[in-house]
Amino acid sequence: MSSKGKINTEVNTDEVKSLSLFQQSWIQFKRNRMAVVGLIVIGILILISLGTIIIDIVTKNAIYDQYVVAQNLTQRLAKPSAEHIFGCDELGRDLFFRVLWGTRLSLFIGLAAIIIATVAGGILGLIAGYYGGVVDTAIMRVMDVLLAIPYMLLAMAIVSALGTSTRNLLIALSVPNIAKYARIARAAVLTEKDKEYVEAMRANGAGDLLILFKYILPNAFAPILVQVTLGIGDSILAVAGLSFLGIGVQPPSAEWGAILTTARTYMRDAMHVSVFPGAALIITVMVFNLFGDGLRDAMDPKLKR
Amino acid sequence: MRKYIIKRLLWTIPVLIGATFLVFAILDNAPGDPAKIILGNGATAEAIALKRAELGLDDPFLIRYGRFLLNMLKGDLGTSYRNGEAVTSLILGRLGNTVMLAASGMIFAIIVGIPVGVISAIKQYSLLDKATMVLTLFFMAVPTFWLALILVIIFALNLRLLPATGMGHNFPDLVKSLILPTVTLGFGYAALIARTTRSSVLEVMRQDYIDTARSKGITDKKVIWKHMMKNALIPIVTVIGLNFGTLLGGSVLTETVFSWPGVGRFVVESISNKDIPCVLGSIVMLSILFTLVNLLVDILYVYIDPRIKSGFAK
Repeated sequence: MSSKGKINTEVNTDEVKSLSLFQQSWIQFKRNRMAVVGLIVIGILILISLGTIIIDIVTKNAIYDQYVVAQNLTQRLAKPSAEHIFGCDELGRDLFFRVLWGTRLSLFIGLAAIIIATVAGGILGLIAGYYGGVVDTAIMRVMDVLLAIPYMLLAMAIVSALGTSTRNLLIALSVPNIAKYARIARAAVLTEKDKEYVEAMRANGAGDLLILFKYILPNAFAPILVQVTLGIGDSILAVAGLSFLGIGVQPPSAEWGAILTTARTYMRDAMHVSVFPGAALIITVMVFNLFGDGLRDAMDPKLKR
Repeated sequence: MRKYIIKRLLWTIPVLIGATFLVFAILDNAPGDPAKIILGNGATAEAIALKRAELGLDDPFLIRYGRFLLNMLKGDLGTSYRNGEAVTSLILGRLGNTVMLAASGMIFAIIVGIPVGVISAIKQYSLLDKATMVLTLFFMAVPTFWLALILVIIFALNLRLLPATGMGHNFPDLVKSLILPTVTLGFGYAALIARTTRSSVLEVMRQDYIDTARSKGITDKKVIWKHMMKNALIPIVTVIGLNFGTLLGGSVLTETVFSWPGVGRFVVESISNKDIPCVLGSIVMLSILFTLVNLLVDILYVYIDPRIKSGFAK
């Protein structure tokens, strides 16, 4: 083959090369300014979380001990000032540091709970949708049972039985969500599994696991991803709600919901104690919802031009 | 169609039995020996052993669950560890208050959410639409208990217009005491309904039959509320039904903040008292309520969407 001919074919393939779903979605996504802002803020929140973790490791918790949990009653409920830009809480702890350090707990628990639920529910849903029949019925009927108990109440039952450690909180917040993601994954598989590419793979002798995870999963990924981002906000709110009921993150840990809960006693006299963690919580939930909305619009084939 | 409803009705029974099993199994791991909780700290080992035998606590798990289920079917959810009262009557005395609050929160959300969503869709991309979208996003992100406290500060403590906590005994007081919990419980739900309504109406608006209706000279008002809403309502009803569980979960927080004498607050109290039969009974009762509402929504579909009906007639 001459080198000239080779160049020609390359140019041709470049021109007709179709964009992958993610490239297409990214182009769509970038048009939605609010969603991009959401994504940037999420990035900042993740950087703050990682930053505080690194600081704690490097300083061997020196900053954490001195600013986040150390009490200084002379500064009790101090108003925001140059020294304490968010003011201080009821035990004289600097709120700026507590809100900053609280990011990773709220974010981590919210994110991790959804990821656990997605992996567990996703696998169950994929299996149910792919195999159908008795397997499908068995799995989905159990999911119906999970869905019959209101989310918050199931979480409360789990925490009250297991106790209030971070691990148990994760279990409590992920288990009630499993059914939701199982349903989404199952629906996605059902639309994919009869398509020709799956039949072609099967004709080629590919095994079930290979087809399911290597070929169907990437195609079923979009609807799952959208629901995951939209679920994170609810999950973060649920952590705060459990903290408020006294069965969430325990003091002296700096989690936004827990800070808000103690702040409510002083809400009238010291508004700032509840304003800053409340704003942090609201902004975080909002940016995840914005991002999720943008992602849904970008990935929804119905809305594509 | 009747077959569909009956099938759907029959299916709720095993689901509810499964749900009671799950909650029973989870709470079975709760710390603390019930016999010790009932008898107090001074009890002798013999007395505790006797009490355990009396309660049947030494029986295998499945036998205990079977007993619970059979008693539940007879309307007996056990007795409270704290004061020996029947759990069923403790819950029934509060269930009405929870239903009242949940219903009023839901009605508030629907009354606010649907018109806001429709107006937002009709005036798409207007300033009003954009403001609504930002506000609804904000309201979906506000923690229930935080909004509740701010409402209490403004309307109860500063303006002294409404009571901060509790439930009024006569009708005018009851209505007054219901306002803040209703708004607290309903605002996030209203925002969700408004967003769903907006996107649902936008989708229906683009369809040809709407142009047909308009070209026939039907007034805008009639086109919107008679022609558009009929089809736009289906996803809205889905969202309302699916999120009723979230509303019930939210009622736990709302009832706690406002000291509303409902089942939600009772669950929280019972958890801190380690009164497991009360926790179990309350969660089971609220799950039954939730399942029944979902059943109702499924049946409602048949009436909203004639396509489902004709699908079954075939």
